[in-house]
Amino acid sequence: MKIKKPTPPAHPKSVGIVIPQHFTFAQDERFQLDSGASIGPVTIEYETYGRLNAERSNAILICHALSGSAHAAGVYEEQGAKPGWWDDCIGPGKAFDTDQFFVICSNVLSGCYGSTGPAHIDPTMAIPYAMNFPVVTIGDIVRAQVKLIDYLGIDKLLCVAGGSMGGMQVLEWSANHPKRAHAAIPIATTAHHSPMLIAFSEVGRQAIYADPYWNEGDYYASEQKPDAGLAVARMVGHITYLSEESMQEKFGRRLQDQARYGYEFRAEFQIESYLKYNGLNFTRRFDANSYLYITKAMDYFDLSGPTGSLAAAFANSTALKFLVVSFTSDWLYPSYHSKELVKALTAAGADVTYLDVESVWGHDAFLLEVETMTDLIGGFLHRLVVEENVQHPGSAPASPFPQVDATNGTIVAADHQSKVAITL
Amino acid sequence: MTQIIRPPNADSSTSGALTLRPDLQAIADLVPDGARVLDLGCGDGELLDYLITHKHVVGRGVELNEANILTCVRRGLSVRQGNLEEGLADYPDANFDYVILSQTLHFLDDPAMILNEMLRVGKQAIVSYPNWGSWRCRLSLLIRGRIPRAAFVEENWYQAPRWQAFTITDFANFCQTINVQINQQVYLAGAGKLKPTMFKNLLASTAVFVLGR
Repeated sequence: MKIKKPTPPAHPKSVGIVIPQHFTFAQDERFQLDSGASIGPVTIEYETYGRLNAERSNAILICHALSGSAHAAGVYEEQGAKPGWWDDCIGPGKAFDTDQFFVICSNVLSGCYGSTGPAHIDPTMAIPYAMNFPVVTIGDIVRAQVKLIDYLGIDKLLCVAGGSMGGMQVLEWSANHPKRAHAAIPIATTAHHSPMLIAFSEVGRQAIYADPYWNEGDYYASEQKPDAGLAVARMVGHITYLSEESMQEKFGRRLQDQARYGYEFRAEFQIESYLKYNGLNFTRRFDANSYLYITKAMDYFDLSGPTGSLAAAFANSTALKFLVVSFTSDWLYPSYHSKELVKALTAAGADVTYLDVESVWGHDAFLLEVETMTDLIGGFLHRLVVEENVQHPGSAPASPFPQVDATNGTIVAADHQSKVAITL
Repeated sequence: MTQIIRPPNADSSTSGALTLRPDLQAIADLVPDGARVLDLGCGDGELLDYLITHKHVVGRGVELNEANILTCVRRGLSVRQGNLEEGLADYPDANFDYVILSQTLHFLDDPAMILNEMLRVGKQAIVSYPNWGSWRCRLSLLIRGRIPRAAFVEENWYQAPRWQAFTITDFANFCQTINVQINQQVYLAGAGKLKPTMFKNLLASTAVFVLGR
């Protein structure tokens, strides 16, 4: 974590100005993927906020959703830059209190915010991977995060937390790396991607395939990108993040720039104009191929796997403490998915706190119900601090990463800036 | 299932409060140090908080009300949202030493089912309930001609959640009917404990039973 200007903060209670960092692995031995394919080298972009304590016991990993990035909190130095995607909940005195905890967020493998993805140069071909990028799973994404946590010298995270696809990563951590965390906070998520979710993913992908500028994924050298397709994919996605009630409240049947119907085919209603704006905006910040790969990773997610037993998937997770949160109006990841999860965890013998938060904001509620989330997450983390005897990091300046391993004097990792893969 | 909200406390904000409402204190006194406890309908978590702080129990709660759950989480308690059936069904057999049901029996549609489930999930169950056989209740009907409202029952007969009136004798008979053993009994009159007496059904306003198989 590097805060250049400690005062004044960019936002009240903000972590201030942050700089993304990079970690590269699998330079020699390639990173094996669930599909059987392999990839290397792999770069992971990450940000950290707050200080790691001497025992390295106050680290929290935040996992982002489909369109998120490592930039979860604070601001970049550029003028007018928007704060990180979960800035409402990460910062001094916030739910994830950076005075107390060392918070890490990394961009997923196959993403388009600095981690190795389809827009990166394939070192064997010297051109972007595009559709030659291997298909990855949530399991692969999490194993890449495990490498990052190893590199940061953290044996056991205090907690892994995230909503939506971030929640899937949290569940993957708890089921398949249970010894690496004390607690897990899966929010508005599911243990298995339902056929309805796969259906929505596929509509988004079909919209991208149908864009002639997609060109089988080979568009990086071209002036024209598959923006129209990606925008439609985002519009479909965006609808699923809202609820009928929230759309009614926000837009109703109101018209955008006119008093009466125009009887013509342009975006007349506010909801149309809103979706169009969001779709267009998304194309300025997201890579269409990454969208394909990440939605595919979500579709493969099924923790119950071949046995069909979710309780069996969590058989080794009984030492973890869980805070499961769902939202009453979330129809994309409905509450009964979380209840099924709670049932399985309880049957397995895990310690589970669960609340189905009353909200009208649909799936988006996990980012919007800040007050309730602050109560829940803050209370839960405070309990972990007491039960796991987590020491305050103190006021010493943040020590830079990588750190020297004091026990044997070896340098945990070398200068990682030099290994950052070439990005477009 | 109807939502059951435990009667509010004068002093519910203090963490690990030294003094509990008398009926909750009577329950707390029955729980041995270090036990595994499930509190059904744990409300704002006052009893669980006390048991964890003073009896070092491993405590879990089940509660329906969102505001109560938020209070519990702020207090550092492990609490699941759900009704009693959901709260019990997911747990394996004999998962707890004690399953507590405080001031809730009279709201239940199927008390036999809940008691059986409590004794599946827990080795013993602790229940507290108001006694409609107490002299105050008897006088209320006899003198004033009104259906008595027992201790901690705030609701009128026409309000939800609906309650069933029963006495200590009724409950003891019920336990016999469903093959539940009464291991311990504590009787309260107002804030004080009653000495063992023949007239408990007349004198006690609240009863606390430890049940087993």
